[in-house]
Amino acid sequence: MWLTRPLQERSTQVFLGVLFAALVVVSALHLFMPEDSALYVSSYTVTLLGKYLCYALLAVAVDLVWGYLGILSLGHGAFFALGGYAMGMYLMRQIGDRGTYGDPILPDFMVFLNWQELPWYWHGFDMAWFAFIMVLLAPGLLALVFGFLAFRSRVTGVYLSIITQALTFALMLAFFRNEMGFGGNNGLTDFKDILGFDLRTDATRLGLFIATGIALAVGYVICRGIVTSKLGRVSVACRDAEARTRFLGYRVERVQLFVFVVSAMLAGVAGALYVPQVGIINPSEFSPLFSIEIVVWVALGGRATLYGAVIGAILVNYAKTVFTGIMPDAWLFALGGLFVLVTVFLPKGIAGLLQKRRKAETTEPTPAQEATA
Amino acid sequence: MGITGSLSRLLLVCLLLWPAMATAQVDDSEAQQLLTALAESSFAEKKTVVNRIAGSGDERARTWLEAFAANKLARIESTGQFVIVLSNRGRNWDVESATTGESLGEISRRDIDTIRVNNSLRNELESILSVIDLKSPDENSRLTAARALKGNVDDGLAQQLPDLIEAETASDVQLALTEALAIYRVEEQGDASAVAVLSGSLNSEARAALQNAARSDDPALAAAANKALESIEQKLKLNRAAETLYFGLSLGSVLVLAAIGLAITFGVMGVINMAHGELIMLGAYTTWGMQQLLPGQPGLALVLSIPAGFLVAALAGIAIERTVIQHLKGRPLETLLATFGVSLILQQLVRTVISPLNRTVITPDWMSGSVMINEALSLTLNRMYVIGFALVVFAGLMLIMRKTRLGLEVRAVTQNRAMARSMGIKATKVDILTFGLGSGVAGLAGVALSQITNVGPNLGQNYIIDSFMVVVFGGVGNLWGTLLAGLSLGTINQLLEPWAGAVLAKILVLVFIILFIQKRPRGLFPQKGRAAEG
Repeated sequence: MWLTRPLQERSTQVFLGVLFAALVVVSALHLFMPEDSALYVSSYTVTLLGKYLCYALLAVAVDLVWGYLGILSLGHGAFFALGGYAMGMYLMRQIGDRGTYGDPILPDFMVFLNWQELPWYWHGFDMAWFAFIMVLLAPGLLALVFGFLAFRSRVTGVYLSIITQALTFALMLAFFRNEMGFGGNNGLTDFKDILGFDLRTDATRLGLFIATGIALAVGYVICRGIVTSKLGRVSVACRDAEARTRFLGYRVERVQLFVFVVSAMLAGVAGALYVPQVGIINPSEFSPLFSIEIVVWVALGGRATLYGAVIGAILVNYAKTVFTGIMPDAWLFALGGLFVLVTVFLPKGIAGLLQKRRKAETTEPTPAQEATA
Repeated sequence: MGITGSLSRLLLVCLLLWPAMATAQVDDSEAQQLLTALAESSFAEKKTVVNRIAGSGDERARTWLEAFAANKLARIESTGQFVIVLSNRGRNWDVESATTGESLGEISRRDIDTIRVNNSLRNELESILSVIDLKSPDENSRLTAARALKGNVDDGLAQQLPDLIEAETASDVQLALTEALAIYRVEEQGDASAVAVLSGSLNSEARAALQNAARSDDPALAAAANKALESIEQKLKLNRAAETLYFGLSLGSVLVLAAIGLAITFGVMGVINMAHGELIMLGAYTTWGMQQLLPGQPGLALVLSIPAGFLVAALAGIAIERTVIQHLKGRPLETLLATFGVSLILQQLVRTVISPLNRTVITPDWMSGSVMINEALSLTLNRMYVIGFALVVFAGLMLIMRKTRLGLEVRAVTQNRAMARSMGIKATKVDILTFGLGSGVAGLAGVALSQITNVGPNLGQNYIIDSFMVVVFGGVGNLWGTLLAGLSLGTINQLLEPWAGAVLAKILVLVFIILFIQKRPRGLFPQKGRAAEG
């Protein structure tokens, strides 16, 4: 089975081991340490870590298409945000009549805009199962349509990057409009509870953190399963020599479409887990800047390794938290510098450094290896 | 016939203007006499005095009557001298002599006796003043006065208008007067024959008069008015289309300016420079800086910023090329990321060093204002300059690429780098110069943009996606494609805006391009042959 194969790999075992150990340690420190202890993990930190894990899952999704398929998507933020909006709509409906205006059906912003009834696309989001399906379906469908059109006409490389960026930009403009019915500028917020659990309690927050960790583990195993399967080999072949793969008889566009849609769905799940933890979803998640930031997480961690994407996402976002806290002006300098330094001096990312060190330990480097490194 | 006709017309004009020409200025004693009469007579008599002043043909008459209507004509009690009050604040009023116009300094307000005016007199004065304007020797002031008359003609003036129309030499003044009279006739007298004059007029007063007439009880009048309104509607539609086209072209030329530099660096060199928008921003900030250096001379500063903006952006571009891009040759996606990083740094640099807020760039006098084509259509000058500037820049680039040694070398290096080098072309030098050229053009775009949009740290970011769209839509490596793509995207955007709104129009254009790329992945004018590979 393609899904169980990665579990026998050394690297996947190590990754899952570290991830689960981290989940257990954080939960234990949060639950059993006294609050005044230095080792106590506050629920704020738990939520922050949960946010990092969402970003990590998103980065894994981007690494799947960029690292293994050679498609640099500058629009993955759109899939992330769509998943987030699907979850946000469910959470909005859960508020019920506890909103400021007390309308049992209509969310506050619709009452504010004098809307009389729920738009058709809001129906069904009061049911959790429907919303969770939409978390996968909405980004998946967009990726399917977009990918079908793009790959069929063999739009690749820089062109594809630029139109994915245009896609997320167009969606951002659209979601900013009040008439779209997604809360416009302010987005969706003021959530109360999820599946009956109050979002403001520590237990729910810890639960969401653990759920995100599990989602990351599952997502990682799925991606690993894909890249180690025959399909994965073909997709790597597409990345390295698209025309040759096509001439060998493979249906390149189908492989690309499949991997792209899976990646979009993973991004959607990441968005859906992100929203209840952060408590808001608004159109800024669609901004081209965010999408391109994801790419730099992956680039820093190291392309085509998957675990590198996780390391990159957590490192960059930790740095962002620290920087914006102590000197907010410097953050963009640091991020911009990171873009330049990583691409110029660290083309294989942190994972590349780790691999190089491991190789150096096992074998004496030959001149040929040094030249390629 | 032509000569005798114009001769007789000239004669007629001379006759009518006779009094004005004979006594361009009455002598001071007479002026004093007229003004004294105005000051001392009763309101009923003042009217005749006003007419006498107006009829005197004195070039100062307008000033006097205007001041009189505004309650500013006065007599100094102690000297009997007539003055015009310039400022009536405080205890001492600032005055100047009514007859000689020289300043008399400040005079105690107790010594000043204002000549009284009442409302009915003021109304009279209005039409008398406009008649004076209509008789002015300067054609432009006659035209302004005639245009202002539309919808403001009263009974007294209406009687004089036919003579004035007859006497008028300039045809556009005559037309304006005829229209003013026709509006009066339609509105006040319900004259159906006057409707014909207004048909096709774009004046809003004329349209209002016709709309009123169309609702009148007189069926003949209503029918005539409706017909006239229809023809006006037609004309307005045409004008609106012309205006949309103008806005479309102006937006399009902005897009062309922003994208044309990119067409060089991305299209010709194949380098994806995400910091292109920030180079535009640098150009705009150069204009602002120039205006700070040369306060009070915004026009000169703007002209100087054209070379300065080019240089600043070109040097910045070359610096980016040397430090970042040359290390990433042949890795387009990495280049994209690295230059994006550069763009973040440049933006933050401007925010930290200058200010996160928008800066104001002054538009020089010769660029502000608008050209009036007709009463429904006027074209703003600054946009016209931008359109012209875009075309000049495009033509210049085209010349460089087609006719100079540099252009030849750039094309050679683009098509086959190894071969070009073996022919003795210094590829690195060509890279630097080309990148400098593309970046410099971005700086020029910034100079132009500073005149029509806000200059702030986000200026470049707003244009980068649009610019890439234009280049990709036009076909990479094709300057003509960029020009056509920019202009047509601008026009499409403006065409969609009236019924879709600005934001939705932009979304629709983006979706259109995304779909278009699916159909023609290499743009409007795809590159052919070996250069198309990769």
